[in-house]
Amino acid sequence: MPSLGTSFGRGGATTFQQELQNSDCIIIEGSNMAECHPVGFQWVMEAKARGATLIHVDPRYTRTSALADIHVPLRAGSDIAFLGGLINYVFEHDKYFHDYVVAYTNAPAILREEFRDTEDLDGLFSGFDPDQRKYDFHSWQYEGTEVQAASGQRDQAYEDQPGGGGGGADGRHLTARGESTGSGGSRIGGGEPERDETLQHPRCVFQVVKRHYARYTPQLVEDVCGVPQELFLKVCETLTANSTRDRTSAFVYAVGWTQHTVGVQYIRAAAVLQLLLGNMGRPGGGIMALRGHASIQGSTDIPTLFNLLPGYIPMPHAHKDENLDTFIAGESTEKGYWGNMRDYMVSLMKAYWGAAATPENDFCFDYLPRLTGSHSTYETVQEQIDGKCKGYFLLGENPAVGSANNKMQRLGMANLDWLVVRDFSLIESATWWKDGPEIETGELRTEDIGTEVFFFPAAAHTEKNGSFTNTQRMLQWHHMAIEPKGDARSELWFMYHLGRIIREKLAGSTDEMDRPILDLTWDYPVEGSIAEPSAEAVLAEINGWDAEGQPLASYEQLNADGSTACGCWIYCGVYADGVNQAARRKPASEQNWIANEWGWAWPANRRVLYNRASADPDGKPWSERKALVWWDDEKAMWAGHDIPDFAASKSPWHRPPAGAKAAEALSGVDPFVMQADGKGWLFVPVGLTDGPLPTHYEPQESPFTNPLYSQQRNPVRQVLPPRKHNRYHPSDDSPGADVYPFVTTTYRLTEHHTAGGMSRFVPYLAELQPEMFCEVSPELAALRGLEHGGWATVITARSAIEARVVVTERMTPLTVQGRTLHQVGLPYHWGGNGYARGDSANELAHLSLDPNVHIQEVKAFTCDIRPGRRPRGPDLVRLVEDYQRRAGITETTGTEV
Amino acid sequence: MASDNLLSSLLAGDTDPAAISGHSDHPPRMGFFTDTSVCIGCKACEVACKEWNHIPEDGLNFTGMSYDNTVGLGADTWRHVAFIEQRKPIAGQIAGVQHQDAGAPAIDEASGDLRWLMASDVCKHCTHAACLDVCPTGALFRTEFGTVVVQEDVCNGCGYCIPACPYGVIDQRQDDGRAWKCTLCYDRLQVGMEPACAKACPTDSIQFGPLDELRERAAARVASLHEAGVTDARLYGHDPNDGVGGDGAFFLLLDEPEVYGLPPDPVVTTRDLPSMWKHVGAAALTLAVGVAAAFAGGRRS
Repeated sequence: MPSLGTSFGRGGATTFQQELQNSDCIIIEGSNMAECHPVGFQWVMEAKARGATLIHVDPRYTRTSALADIHVPLRAGSDIAFLGGLINYVFEHDKYFHDYVVAYTNAPAILREEFRDTEDLDGLFSGFDPDQRKYDFHSWQYEGTEVQAASGQRDQAYEDQPGGGGGGADGRHLTARGESTGSGGSRIGGGEPERDETLQHPRCVFQVVKRHYARYTPQLVEDVCGVPQELFLKVCETLTANSTRDRTSAFVYAVGWTQHTVGVQYIRAAAVLQLLLGNMGRPGGGIMALRGHASIQGSTDIPTLFNLLPGYIPMPHAHKDENLDTFIAGESTEKGYWGNMRDYMVSLMKAYWGAAATPENDFCFDYLPRLTGSHSTYETVQEQIDGKCKGYFLLGENPAVGSANNKMQRLGMANLDWLVVRDFSLIESATWWKDGPEIETGELRTEDIGTEVFFFPAAAHTEKNGSFTNTQRMLQWHHMAIEPKGDARSELWFMYHLGRIIREKLAGSTDEMDRPILDLTWDYPVEGSIAEPSAEAVLAEINGWDAEGQPLASYEQLNADGSTACGCWIYCGVYADGVNQAARRKPASEQNWIANEWGWAWPANRRVLYNRASADPDGKPWSERKALVWWDDEKAMWAGHDIPDFAASKSPWHRPPAGAKAAEALSGVDPFVMQADGKGWLFVPVGLTDGPLPTHYEPQESPFTNPLYSQQRNPVRQVLPPRKHNRYHPSDDSPGADVYPFVTTTYRLTEHHTAGGMSRFVPYLAELQPEMFCEVSPELAALRGLEHGGWATVITARSAIEARVVVTERMTPLTVQGRTLHQVGLPYHWGGNGYARGDSANELAHLSLDPNVHIQEVKAFTCDIRPGRRPRGPDLVRLVEDYQRRAGITETTGTEV
Repeated sequence: MASDNLLSSLLAGDTDPAAISGHSDHPPRMGFFTDTSVCIGCKACEVACKEWNHIPEDGLNFTGMSYDNTVGLGADTWRHVAFIEQRKPIAGQIAGVQHQDAGAPAIDEASGDLRWLMASDVCKHCTHAACLDVCPTGALFRTEFGTVVVQEDVCNGCGYCIPACPYGVIDQRQDDGRAWKCTLCYDRLQVGMEPACAKACPTDSIQFGPLDELRERAAARVASLHEAGVTDARLYGHDPNDGVGGDGAFFLLLDEPEVYGLPPDPVVTTRDLPSMWKHVGAAALTLAVGVAAAFAGGRRS
């Protein structure tokens, strides 16, 4: 989550769901919280009961809207214009929290003269290279600092580094490193940025941001988003009236913001707004990022991402002669807690390789794999299609339904040597080779597919011990209630025993290549009749221990000399005192609402991040009503309801001595302790691939022209090399755009879980939403002759699917740029297998990705809809091709910068 | 006529149903207060109920009735969430939608109104429960908590209870013929647990507790909603003087009961039994007198 990471320092939700009860205004945008996070939504209801105003901004009127005070329907894909309008309102009406902004944000920092805004360059920032389709971000820097690498794409500037070594591997293409800001902001160089605390300097961040959004007027919001000005102003007034010393507002978002070609910047826009309003780090404030699965936060903390090591340490790239010293020099920061990266990195390698990791061999730094480019999920699929990636593990993942452009996913899998699927049921990703859509259309024949598919039944969470890291960074332990039946096993069992068997096969090998595996500490005790590895032993290793094997209590104890081992530095403390802190279940009635003794949250069990900012520069709460932590003069300590997210004894008046490094360099008024300057970033001088400020661009596919700039789309969005099955539509007023005149957005329902592996096969859930459907307004139904309860076919240049029609007034036409826009709602849970079956919405989606995190744009793309069921067999392909011909689509359509 | 008075007291007014059913020294009467104004339509109650009570799934039926594919309470659905889309405002709320009615391009005020009501229905556990009154086998009984439960091992499937229910709740299961409905999780209550649906409800739309407390809480909730301008809010089934003597499971609604598929004025179908039996008795007496007279006449002839 580079948006939150670059803005505040850590990529996690800045607050927790229970804290929403203290909000005076909650804006849910890019999330359907009541439907997708119904349990957490109780705290929104609690806030409402206490008098808070709930605003839901969403293309559809959903179960969340039904409980909201204000529902604002907007055009899918236009949120930056909406949020930019709010930012402009805050400037225009002097609604920003002046003292907070001056003290805690980078508003006073002065930018370099070379910087040019999108307002100057018609939609581009300075540094754009149209041939490479990327930005050189050097001109975005503060005046007075040296340029060092950005966190989001640190490696791009590796050769610039003091110890960077130079000489990148041949043929290496650049890898966006967005997720590496998950815990720790971007780095800036030595030297202090120049500041103007009066905020008047024309090149100070405050003035630059103000100018950037000056054209985001209520009229523009109406033109771009289809939101009437009156309704928009109602939101402006409600939000700003509830963002003061005495009142706070929270933003809640989910993948309705992330899944766009400019998704990271959506969230950044909320960060800018919340910093200006002084809502960060305060009770009832913050930005609540909602994750869609039980442990998605956990899977970035201890990552399943290709470009990260545990605790958001970046994965090394394939540089010539790189060693631990040059890696640390290139990746750590001068100031803030990333200055201690070497402690975290060495302790991680000690956890991996134990006694084999010594100072002499750089703690086995050379054992780590090296990146040669981007290996995100969608790049991997292309490599499969191109025959370069030959094996694939799918653990609880159903890309034949859940990933964008299902056909590409299946064609990739059809070109493998082997495929391992671990799931509860025979999901579509396990059976596409015999009954997938391409078998029906004749595009694939079973006898031609060489992929050997292995299916392993998976154990449920009730059948294994382990932890979930939930949406608010909190680890909660679950205990095995019963051993799994039959051949079902946990992921831990599978990975441990797979590793054990591989190590047994390699035993005695003298090949250097095998040392990284043979030297691993792979000695977890096993339990029970199925030899289940001890999950608590794994947790103890993640927590870490000292040279005597005693559990560590805090990452402050980690050392770079090899005396400590720690599997994930941000989780250090979860096994403090040898006690599984994640298993704590002290009831709410026996502690305050923060509930620090329920489970355990990173970092250091703090629940509201950056909570130093809940107090003024002198350490007093901004208001009694909104007190959270404060400086206790008598004890000379920070105190409060939550654990202070700040050095406990660092006084508000502390100023670091010259030359101080890392955390020592933070002053008493630097609440954003992971940031290289200790401040919240309104403007991101380094760390993002697509610009320092959020700017409205149209989605990859849009029926409208960008009214702000002649730059229609995000210029650095990731567009795939031409692929027959990934054609893009013409946009705005280009010829053929009217062949796909409607905007569609995909989403989830309460009754099902993502790609359906856990719900479509369960009768009690399947019967609640038994069939794939689409939601349309009565107006669109009349326009296209769609009948409520009947069938419709939805068509894009990728595929066509059928769905039952739900005509509902919850879908509303919008007036955008003087034209009527109809939107089509598509839940994406269905596939060909299971008890409740139907077509998958992701068949329709294209692969054009956000450049920071490589996420697909499934929340806004164009389509056509017509009555009746879709054609069967080869006729389906003909229909899609016929549409492509009518729209004049070629392999370059939509790929322009 | 002492027995007649007893019957009347059983069938009208606020009573202690558990005591009347012979439970001495019983726990307080327990029930549900379902506050539909905070229901988010997640259907967790439906699923939790089915899971706990091992109720079979009852078919994949896409109904097109908003998000309701369960349709109503039945033998295999003991909690049911209704979804009602209406062109009506909820006080103070802005729906944001703008619809152009067919043939009327001008957008009127009502075209911007929209509300989506959600409500979880359940067996009412009536104070005067007709299903129980008519059950010939004793399968239906009143528990010590004042709730009404079918004993599945006693029910013989006669089906008398089905038309007796004024709400249309209790229902026969197709394959075994027996009658099924919400037990208010009698097995959970006996060990001090709350019913599965209330436990699963994330927003406390379904509240479980002693009926007296729930009635107080409900009255306060209605008052606060009225104060907030939600004048549509009203209670349903809370009144001990209604046709069933008040429900053990009552509701806060935002519209007329009919909108939610609830009868506006339910009456225990066995209410008139005493007078009916009186009439029957009188008729029988008349008949007997007539017959006797006939016989007497016959002998005379």
